[in-house]
Amino acid sequence: MRLREIPLTAWIGILGILFAFFCAVFASLIAPFGEREIVAGVWEPASDLYLLGTDNLGRDLLSRLIYGAQTTLFVSLAASILSFSIGIFLSFTAAVSGGPIDQGLSRLNDLMMSIPTLIFALVVLAVLPQNIFILIAVMAILDSTRVYRLGRAVALDVAVMEFVEAAKLRGEGRMWIIFREILPNTLSPLLAEFGLRFAFSILFLSTLSFLGLGIQPPAADWGGMVKDNKDGIIFGIQAALIPGGAIAALAVCVNMVVDWLLKRTSSLKGGRGDV
Amino acid sequence: MANPLAGVHAARHRLKESHPLTLLIVERLALSVLLLWAVSVLIFAGVEALPGDFAQTYLGQSATPQAIANIRADLGLDRPITTRYFEWLGGVVQGDFGNSWASGAPVSEQITKRLGNSLFLAFFAAAISVPLAVGLGMVAVHYRNRIPDRIINILSLAAISLPEFFIGYLLIVFFAVQLGVATFPSTVYDGMSWSERISAITLPTATLVLVVLAHMMRMTRAAIISVMSSAYMETAELKGLGAFKAIVKHAAPNAIAPIVNVVALNLAYLVVGVVVVEVVFVYPGMGQYMVDAVTVRDMPVVQACGLIFAAVYILLNMVADIVAIVANPRLRHPR
Repeated sequence: MRLREIPLTAWIGILGILFAFFCAVFASLIAPFGEREIVAGVWEPASDLYLLGTDNLGRDLLSRLIYGAQTTLFVSLAASILSFSIGIFLSFTAAVSGGPIDQGLSRLNDLMMSIPTLIFALVVLAVLPQNIFILIAVMAILDSTRVYRLGRAVALDVAVMEFVEAAKLRGEGRMWIIFREILPNTLSPLLAEFGLRFAFSILFLSTLSFLGLGIQPPAADWGGMVKDNKDGIIFGIQAALIPGGAIAALAVCVNMVVDWLLKRTSSLKGGRGDV
Repeated sequence: MANPLAGVHAARHRLKESHPLTLLIVERLALSVLLLWAVSVLIFAGVEALPGDFAQTYLGQSATPQAIANIRADLGLDRPITTRYFEWLGGVVQGDFGNSWASGAPVSEQITKRLGNSLFLAFFAAAISVPLAVGLGMVAVHYRNRIPDRIINILSLAAISLPEFFIGYLLIVFFAVQLGVATFPSTVYDGMSWSERISAITLPTATLVLVVLAHMMRMTRAAIISVMSSAYMETAELKGLGAFKAIVKHAAPNAIAPIVNVVALNLAYLVVGVVVVEVVFVYPGMGQYMVDAVTVRDMPVVQACGLIFAAVYILLNMVADIVAIVANPRLRHPR
């Protein structure tokens, strides 16, 4: 892969994601005020001191936004890594073992996918105690159904290709076949899927927090910040739009990278045009 | 094979000989019923198996054991789970979802009113977004890789990335607060005139349309492109068939199934979109009801709403599959 083959939109996406991670990692150094510190009056307009104004309790919006990046990115990244691990592990197991294991796992997967993710999450979260690790686990398990579907298809697809057969015939070992034949050919779709899952996790977490069922206050989180400040909207106070915009910008960045990865995948597969 | 199944097998075989299409559709219907039953088990029993006790979480950490035992007896939680499941299922089949824990009122009463409101909203959103998405998808294919296609591509990519509530608030800020042409919050009540009702749901409908439009359009575009670039279209072109004839005779029958699939998938997606949009616009529908119930852990309401949403979703997917089977003869011969 040559760097100059990466299109401009993908570059913008990569830079945006890096910027968000930078904010998240160095939050305590960059943020002008504390995460839960009440510094001024309620919903003050933007000024030199409070660059984005203050929120519904008089906390600095910019600082909350920077700390919120920490929570939002950590939880959605953890959920997508976990969901990816579960999905890939189970799907490769299913594809390799076949028979009743494959049938059982696939039918269970179909069952879980027959309930919309948000509805399923609402039902489950109504029973479980509110806790950040439970939240990550619920998001991951519900999302792993999508990874499972793709992983199984990809694994079945590649394992029967001629070049894998050729490698077997010329006597390559199993490790060579997995890492030098199968993996390079599945890496691109899997990477694109990981990006998609990450973008979905960000939006899903924000939606749950917005509904009051995700990250609990006073911890800062972008979806929760929209919920906190939504009552100001009708009075023309736009504090709720800033975290909402941050979520959107991050998701756009991730999707731009994914778009490029998907196109790359289809051209690697020798697809005609840009399906 | 067990003996009672032999009769079913024989009947299946006879049907396969005489009406293969009917058999496929019947099988798909049976699958949906089975799926729905499995979902009901999952929503009722699966939830019960999760750690955490209803009564405990309902009363909070400081509750005395006596109070917990009392409330368990009150709500009937002390009886075995299978008994309660079959009682619940028996009620559900007759349209009785039990009583809400929070208000004590029958759940079905609230649901009938609110389901109507939600469907009203979803119907308008679908009526606007489906033709628009298919049309725009065709425009994108027609100008493929040229400026209009690229603009549509970038805009739809952005629209996919926006959370539903953000689109909703953007519309509120612009149309309700700054221009003052739309109403917010979108409350509807009995005895409201039609025109008032329509004006109340304008913004939520617009939000839902924007949410599903981008998805639907991108998928329509991909479906059409994959049909147009297939080998039989090339053959049609090479044998000198005109573009219009080729589309009518070869492309359209093959494109119907994927497009119907796209539409059904996105209508199912509307089910989820409705939940968030109703909360944003304070619209008295099923989604708002469910979210409120989840916050206070009112399980009968949560289970009833969950089951209904899942049923709508399963139904739409089933319709998509059946249309695909009818439209595409190749799907009638699996393997």
